[in-house]
Amino acid sequence: MIALLQRDLRLALRAGGGFGLGLAFFLMVAVLVPLGVGPEGALLSRIAPGILWVGALLACLLSLDRMFALDFEDGALDLMAVSPLPLEGVVAMKALAHWLVTGLPLVVISPVLGLLLSLSAGGYVWLLASLMLGTPALSLIGGFGAALTVGLKRGGLILSLIVLPMYVPTLIFGAEAVRRGALGAEALVPLLLLAAISLGSAAILPFAAAAALRANLK
Amino acid sequence: MLQVDDLAVSRGGLTVLEGVGFALAQGQLLILRGPNGVGKTTLLRTLAGLQPAYAGRVVVDQDQLTYCGHADGLKATLTVAENLAFWAAVHGQTQIEPALVAMNLTALRARRAADLSAGQKRRLGLARLRVTRRKIWLMDEPTVSLDAASVALFGAMLRLHLAQGGAAIVATHIDLGLPEARVLDLSPYKATSLRQGAFDEAFA
Repeated sequence: MIALLQRDLRLALRAGGGFGLGLAFFLMVAVLVPLGVGPEGALLSRIAPGILWVGALLACLLSLDRMFALDFEDGALDLMAVSPLPLEGVVAMKALAHWLVTGLPLVVISPVLGLLLSLSAGGYVWLLASLMLGTPALSLIGGFGAALTVGLKRGGLILSLIVLPMYVPTLIFGAEAVRRGALGAEALVPLLLLAAISLGSAAILPFAAAAALRANLK
Repeated sequence: MLQVDDLAVSRGGLTVLEGVGFALAQGQLLILRGPNGVGKTTLLRTLAGLQPAYAGRVVVDQDQLTYCGHADGLKATLTVAENLAFWAAVHGQTQIEPALVAMNLTALRARRAADLSAGQKRRLGLARLRVTRRKIWLMDEPTVSLDAASVALFGAMLRLHLAQGGAAIVATHIDLGLPEARVLDLSPYKATSLRQGAFDEAFA
């Protein structure tokens, strides 16, 4: 399974692997919103938590359809299903690789983007913490969606329609934690709920996704 | 090693083969023949456990077999050696040299799979069988896009595998140059009754 993780990371980092795509998208959102809304610091800092979280969510969504589709098309998924790797493990490793390539860079760059959106000083810690705890759930839920749509031609759109509603709780608690943090209020509760969503996703979704993959391989 | 009793397999909800039965022992090679669409691929995928049997029984240790379909599962941006090393690692193996030598890929080991010709890709796909160290090889038209010399290489690798106590089932239209192989023509097993698959076959 470590070999699978290494392979996926290597594939992502090589040319055409899509590394940085989500990051660039996230950056564009954070640059475009102030241009659209206007240079009004007070307004920007009020909407910053929501914009940052929506941006992170959409950036994650961008690369989801590649998670299993590439391996499905070139037959590698068949071979993995026959190999000693449990499909549940394959899903978990692919979600982890997706998070390392997409989610983690978003977390790292988010304070810079917070600056662009004039996020209040108190919000940065909570922005980092909420993205750190919340983005794994985005990768795991997305992995489930990708597994459901793996056999479909141009499944990207239906994948978005399936996954985005499932992202709602993560978005609500993530943005709420940052908003409360920025206002200097108690923000631990939404943060804990966010962590709970990630942990619950990690516990359940690999199994659901593996079942979906098995059905799609037939 | 592998026992099949009264097996029926279905594709897209339609039964294509029924009443298939055979046994495969160590060192044996079974060649599946039959016209296009008769169900060779479906049968192999069912044996590999990728899809459930519609009826009948397949007795095999799933940890003993490996499958090689039409697609080779290669990653274009990885080199030949990296592709093989990945599949070796997945199967808990480390050695890729014998496989590289067997399919004459040593000179290409540092080349990206994207830069290989169709025949070279196929050779790499076949070399993967060897690094898995599994006993039963299920192969679906393994010689597509191979030249005569590569077919001979493949025949030699297959013979070595059989001599080492392995077994193989190959769906192919050409002569592999292995006279000891048993041939199973699937045409007589073509399903006559058009049994419709169950509605919830996705979750069977």
